[in-house]
Amino acid sequence: MATYSNYILVCTGTGCRASQSEQILQNLKATVEKHGMQGDVQVLRTGCFGFCEKGPVVRMIPDNTFYTQVTPEDTQEIVEEHLIKGRQVKRLLYLNPETNEHILDSKHMNFYKRQYRIALRNCGFINPENIDEYIARNGYIALGKAVTQMTPDEVIKVIMESGLRGRGGGGFPTGLKWQITRKVQADRKYVVCNADEGDPGAFMDRSILEGDPHSIIEAMAINGYCTSANHGLVYIRAEYPLAVERLKTAIQQAKEYGLLGDNLFGTDFSFDIGIRYGAGAFVCGEETALMHSMEGLRGEATVKPPFPSESGYKGYPTNVNNVETYANIPIILLKGAEWFASIGTEKSKGTKVFALAGKVNNVGLIEVPMGTTLREVIFGIGGGIKDGKKFKAVQTGGPSGGCLTEKHLDLPIDYDNLLAAGSMMGSGGMIVMDEDDCMVAMAKFYLDFMVEESCGKCSPCRIGNKRLHEMLQKITSGKGKREDLDSLRNLAMVIKDTALCGLGQTSPNSVLSTIDNFYEEYLAHVQEQRCPAHQCCELTQYFINLEKCKGCTLCARVCPVNAISGDRKIPHAIDQQACIHCGACIEKCKFKAILVR
Amino acid sequence: MNKVKTLDDLWKMRESLRKTIDLREKSDNPENVVQIRVSMATCSIAAGAKEVMSYLNEALAREQVDALVTQTGCMGYCYAEPTIEVAVPGRKAVVFGHVNRKKVDEIITHYIKEGSLIDDIIPVTYNTVNPE
Repeated sequence: MATYSNYILVCTGTGCRASQSEQILQNLKATVEKHGMQGDVQVLRTGCFGFCEKGPVVRMIPDNTFYTQVTPEDTQEIVEEHLIKGRQVKRLLYLNPETNEHILDSKHMNFYKRQYRIALRNCGFINPENIDEYIARNGYIALGKAVTQMTPDEVIKVIMESGLRGRGGGGFPTGLKWQITRKVQADRKYVVCNADEGDPGAFMDRSILEGDPHSIIEAMAINGYCTSANHGLVYIRAEYPLAVERLKTAIQQAKEYGLLGDNLFGTDFSFDIGIRYGAGAFVCGEETALMHSMEGLRGEATVKPPFPSESGYKGYPTNVNNVETYANIPIILLKGAEWFASIGTEKSKGTKVFALAGKVNNVGLIEVPMGTTLREVIFGIGGGIKDGKKFKAVQTGGPSGGCLTEKHLDLPIDYDNLLAAGSMMGSGGMIVMDEDDCMVAMAKFYLDFMVEESCGKCSPCRIGNKRLHEMLQKITSGKGKREDLDSLRNLAMVIKDTALCGLGQTSPNSVLSTIDNFYEEYLAHVQEQRCPAHQCCELTQYFINLEKCKGCTLCARVCPVNAISGDRKIPHAIDQQACIHCGACIEKCKFKAILVR
Repeated sequence: MNKVKTLDDLWKMRESLRKTIDLREKSDNPENVVQIRVSMATCSIAAGAKEVMSYLNEALAREQVDALVTQTGCMGYCYAEPTIEVAVPGRKAVVFGHVNRKKVDEIITHYIKEGSLIDDIIPVTYNTVNPE
């Protein structure tokens, strides 16, 4: 087998691929070959590095140089300068925004320094399309040990003692779930991997499947061994073509190696995995709806009990776990329950992956130990708020979660703390908002999503959310009254209490948490018909500051509705009736003469 | 490809695959292993730096020394090419000149393993400004 003295790792996660990383990979390969170095240098495609803000990312091994925002044209310089002459290509290095200095490798970047990668351990490190690299990283050893040296109860005990909780959002203890499914007697059982990641902005499950698909296969097989299930199913959305493709390749390779199929490791345990595609409905991330969708029925939730562990897919006992939960399993078995339990807080062990998005400098995928504070995540790893604006709120847990404010910044993140603060862990979306974001409009946006995604089975969710949305529409257009705030809260509470499934019960969370944390802002909308963030366009007015306006006519020319009038060199005026608040004039004005109120 | 029939099969497979990933794992913690930099300027290559580098990799693997071999640009000691810089954890980096296969073996057994100095050490003749 060939060993190389240099490797070039190219991120081919979906984000970097969208910025031509596939082309970069091909160019690098071609340039390496042109210089006859293909025997020494191997160019590899890997999964997501997480630093999507500065993608496409290329990492050089062994000296660990980290190149950011690489273009296909840069490849020649990388090969000729870095590999041949041994000089780093300075302009492609990451520039530390605080000190304005180039940082040579990922170890010294704030973004990576504070992270601890367990679930993402292989992402951006191995070639996800090559099972050999996964095996070289102790892949499938945990499965082999489990089926040959441990009883299912022993494995479950390790998982229980590790304190691992479901990473899909609910935080149910994983070991306990496995034990419940194990105890049910049936001639056929299923394990299902829930890869129906629906939160807007969250992409950790996709990245794990794209960057390390074998860890999911291995964990599902371990799960199958523990619950005496011989069939695994991955429910994945069809919108994730790359993840699907890599997963298929991985399953095929595992079968060829005899790591999936009959009599694994010479025992009488057999396990096989199939893929089921979802059409991208948010509600199908809910266990029962997911099961119905897999059976070919409408993706609607049903009442629990019976829980899937008792009667799930086609009526057979089914154990459902999330992708990230599975990604933790093999390493727990390899390193032991105590190791895992030593990371994190008292009730939440291990790490959590977050998809950092919104008005934050370093957008990307990060993994931190439980108990890390929001401040460390947003200001440390995230590099603070874009354009030096003021932090206002962060929405955790996607549309089902809630918003947290400045007073929560020092809250250590774990399942229970987030719940107590009126939000939730969810699958780990984290959307940061700054002073320019209106919280009422934000609540309306998430509710919009919920109205769209409601399956329509129960009335609280189907009708209640629609009514909530109408009230918010009224408030943001300046027609709201003081009483509306009370009915908003009352209706939200009713939906929370009476909706059938998790989607419905959590759907008013964004409304409730914004009312709690930003009551003043709601009041301004209903009492003064004013939007403090100047975002609700029906509540804002554009004015021209007569002292600053030089009468250059630029604004009048860009206004799409001809609402601005005035002669050359004489201050202009805006016709409030005609103005549509599009903001085109503000962008063009060189004298900052246009004000928003 | 033979199927994996026992856990032993998998362990054996892992052992043989290990080295494909080894370099990447070490590069995550370079300060814990011996770091060797081979000068790879035109003159060094002409003097045989490429062969030295591949022999280094081979010999280090054979002697089971955890090391990270990288290439670098001209070190300026053209009279003594090929030159390599060896940094053993806890010790100051040392530059060796006139390196050939025999010298590589000597460096590994005497300098890296036993810690004693050998011939052909090049006194470092300059300081470098630290860009950080």
